[in-house]
Amino acid sequence: MNMMMTNSPKQLQKQRLVLIGNGMAGVRTIEEVLKANPELFDITIFGAEPHGNYNRIMLSPVLAGEKTINEIMLNDDDWYAENNITLHKGKTVTKIDRVKRQVIADDGTVAGYDRLLLATGANPFILPIPGADLPGVITFRDIHDVDQMLAAASEHQKAVVIGGGLLGLEAAKGLATQGMDVTVVHLMDTLMERQLDETAAKLLQQSLEEQGLEFLTGAETEAITGEDRVTGIKFKDGTEFATDIVVMAVGIKPNKALAEKAGIHCERGIVVNDTMQTYDPSVYAVGECVQHRKNTYGLVAPLFEQGKICANHLVNKCVLRYLGSVTSTKLKVTGIDLFSAGDFTGDDTTEEIVLRDPGRNVYKKLVIKDDRIQGGVMYGDTVDGAWYFQLMRDEIDVSDLRDSLLFGKAHLGNSGHGEQNQISGMDNAAEVCGCNGVCKGDIVQAITDKKLFTLEDVRTQTKASASCGSCTGLVEQILASTVGGDYSETPNEKPLCPCTDHTHEEVRRVILENDLKTIPATMRFLEWRQPDGCAKCRPALNYYLLCAWPADYKDDGQSRFINERVHANIQKDGTYSVIPRMWGGTTTPDELRAIADVADKFNIPDVKVTGGQRINLLGVKKEDLPAAWADLNEAGMVSGHAYGKSLRTVKTCVGSEWCRFGVQDSTALGVALEKALWGSWTPHKFKAAVSGCPRNCAESTIKDFGVVAVESGWELHVGGNGGTKVRATDLLGKVKTVEEVLEYARAFIQFYREDAHYLERTVHWLERVGLSIVKERIVENAELRKEYAERFIFSQKYAQFDPWQEQVSNEKATRDYEHLKLVRKLAS
Amino acid sequence: MSKLIKICALNDIRPLGSRIVELPGISAGPVAIFRTADNDVFAVEDRCPHKQGPLSQGIVHGKSVTCPLHNWVIGLENGEAAAPDVGCAKSYAVKIQDDDVYLEAAVDETQQVAVNE
Repeated sequence: MNMMMTNSPKQLQKQRLVLIGNGMAGVRTIEEVLKANPELFDITIFGAEPHGNYNRIMLSPVLAGEKTINEIMLNDDDWYAENNITLHKGKTVTKIDRVKRQVIADDGTVAGYDRLLLATGANPFILPIPGADLPGVITFRDIHDVDQMLAAASEHQKAVVIGGGLLGLEAAKGLATQGMDVTVVHLMDTLMERQLDETAAKLLQQSLEEQGLEFLTGAETEAITGEDRVTGIKFKDGTEFATDIVVMAVGIKPNKALAEKAGIHCERGIVVNDTMQTYDPSVYAVGECVQHRKNTYGLVAPLFEQGKICANHLVNKCVLRYLGSVTSTKLKVTGIDLFSAGDFTGDDTTEEIVLRDPGRNVYKKLVIKDDRIQGGVMYGDTVDGAWYFQLMRDEIDVSDLRDSLLFGKAHLGNSGHGEQNQISGMDNAAEVCGCNGVCKGDIVQAITDKKLFTLEDVRTQTKASASCGSCTGLVEQILASTVGGDYSETPNEKPLCPCTDHTHEEVRRVILENDLKTIPATMRFLEWRQPDGCAKCRPALNYYLLCAWPADYKDDGQSRFINERVHANIQKDGTYSVIPRMWGGTTTPDELRAIADVADKFNIPDVKVTGGQRINLLGVKKEDLPAAWADLNEAGMVSGHAYGKSLRTVKTCVGSEWCRFGVQDSTALGVALEKALWGSWTPHKFKAAVSGCPRNCAESTIKDFGVVAVESGWELHVGGNGGTKVRATDLLGKVKTVEEVLEYARAFIQFYREDAHYLERTVHWLERVGLSIVKERIVENAELRKEYAERFIFSQKYAQFDPWQEQVSNEKATRDYEHLKLVRKLAS
Repeated sequence: MSKLIKICALNDIRPLGSRIVELPGISAGPVAIFRTADNDVFAVEDRCPHKQGPLSQGIVHGKSVTCPLHNWVIGLENGEAAAPDVGCAKSYAVKIQDDDVYLEAAVDETQQVAVNE
């Protein structure tokens, strides 16, 4: 009978969570709660509007007739039902009783709570002027307002929009599209003064004027005139003109009335701490109604971030903190590319870099302080907005990028999407992602149909920018202009993978500080969500551990990508390619004979010379790999690591031994360099080259580490790339001797090994950390350079063995290459 | 009426690993036998529904495998691709008895298959 007690109904009863405010921030929080723990709460939602949760930032396209209300619905009635949520639509909560823990709605509905979530949003600000309450004065906030504007547009001709900010301009454009004559009245001298500097604002005004809008700037409204409804508007300077409707879009204020009445501490908004908790511990708040660290937010990205963090605390996981958001703005008016972020005006302590091209109607300005981007404005060409915004939020030192910063990240050498850099003029059929064949129209449709808000979502759903990533800027732009004024940014502190909230840096630091020496130990220590992780984090952890503990770590083959597990490169048909190492690109007749014999013996269908001066045997069956390797080993050849995140090749030209222009023996240095670096595992593949003179026949300036011989010694170049995005190297420095080249190379590769994120090429790593720090540690500080080089030499003691030979000589390992055999015929 | 076909010993497959077996009459192509960290065993045709990648060569995690060609994640229990990708690889019933792995197949399917003792 005791058994019954443990199942008492009291313990089974769920906690009650009540949400006031059925809008984007609140419902997003509920979605995050359901994702984290669908069983924890009985959920009740009150919404004053008679609709489900819709995408408020898409009201402008609805007004412009580009979308219908149905298309902007985020959560329909079915969603609430499927998730067992009690929804009270069209009911306004009028009272919170914090003693009884109840909320009471205007129709008398009462709901008790254990946790209360306030997401009451914001109210439009109404100018306190005579006539502000006349019929025909409309705000721009919800579906009801849009309906009113659409009705007015069908009956009337003249409209005035008060407010030349983001919302006002979108309303004005929408009404103009509906056929009204629209005048925008703005108190300040320039439009969107909180997001744009004067030049950009003038460009914007000009282009909106070309689209038919009229502007009255520096105009202070005194009264709205009319008897029964609006007939005109009157200004402080005495001027007056007639209008049929007035749209008031002068700003919003947090809707804190309900909270204030309940005695919850409010200032400009409802005050919350970093966990989104109000002064009442059982009451949380998110969204536009909230004041966090003195700031209020009205854009969707911060609200979603708040929602995620709030949910984390509601379900008692309690690890995330909201630290505030930096926001960017994108105007959602068809045909206008405009982006702004941060401090774009600057002051005495800042510098400006400006690009102005009236012919192309392009204007870009970045404000820089202490080599960091503080903010910027872009008009006409905004493809790099997301990149600048990221540099700004990550506080990247841009001193190394200054000379080409304004030309953007995409200005040269990106393959895969032609010359497209602006999406506003782009056809729906234009291909954006050349790897996966995704067109602009596909992306727009996925964003609208599947209600996507983040780059990650778009990548997952459409595969656009999910492969080589060169079109990321374009995809972000399409996302921004489709979902409107703002969109969720990928956070600057990216978790390593969905299995954890920890960043690459944190994971590496924790491994070292806590002597973690296996993948399971690391995952346990950092409370990984999946006990054996995923295909993204396991290879990363395996690398971080072997880099941290070269002598102690036992490599985990099952956590390596197949190529590194079987020491060959998987091909599309499931066969493999085999590439033996050829030191510095040199070979011998005997080696060539052995390669030919292997190709014959194993019926290898294709033999090809690679870009890295090696010979590639293509189409080897997995079960033949050990035997083919054994034959190659026999002839003195070892694995070329052409499949690994490791040193690939050192490409060389013939140099002074043969070439009439050569000034140094580049081949010999190439061989020495390859003998020094081979076998080491690196965050991503690592390619090197040595050229015998500045004619640079070995193409050293597009390698991770390139050496170019000059009469007086060797130039060292780093961070080049010949792939998706062609990038020439940066000059690291110049040295005299071969020994110095080797020491710098070892130090550089070790710094890269210890500092870069897994799967980050040197080019991206250098762009992230800056060349200056590499120079500081590797060039200017001889002692540090030696330490790096010595650590590399130490780790090479454990890395320089031929994996082919190891596999061939290990019977247990070769078994993995064979099919399981079923031996005896079944008796029929 | 079904029959158990002995495939291999459990220890012939590494934890978080996989081996391939040909089962003529049951499957047109090779079948991948997976072993998870918890020593569950699953059998799925060795052909990703996306572009026919050999699933046996992927990284095994939880009760899923990530295809080595384009990173589709395939559930081992039913062969279904994880959302948003859509597709299904054929899966087969397996069971472990006395540390050996057996495939369950209908008797008429087993005519051409050899078995292990």
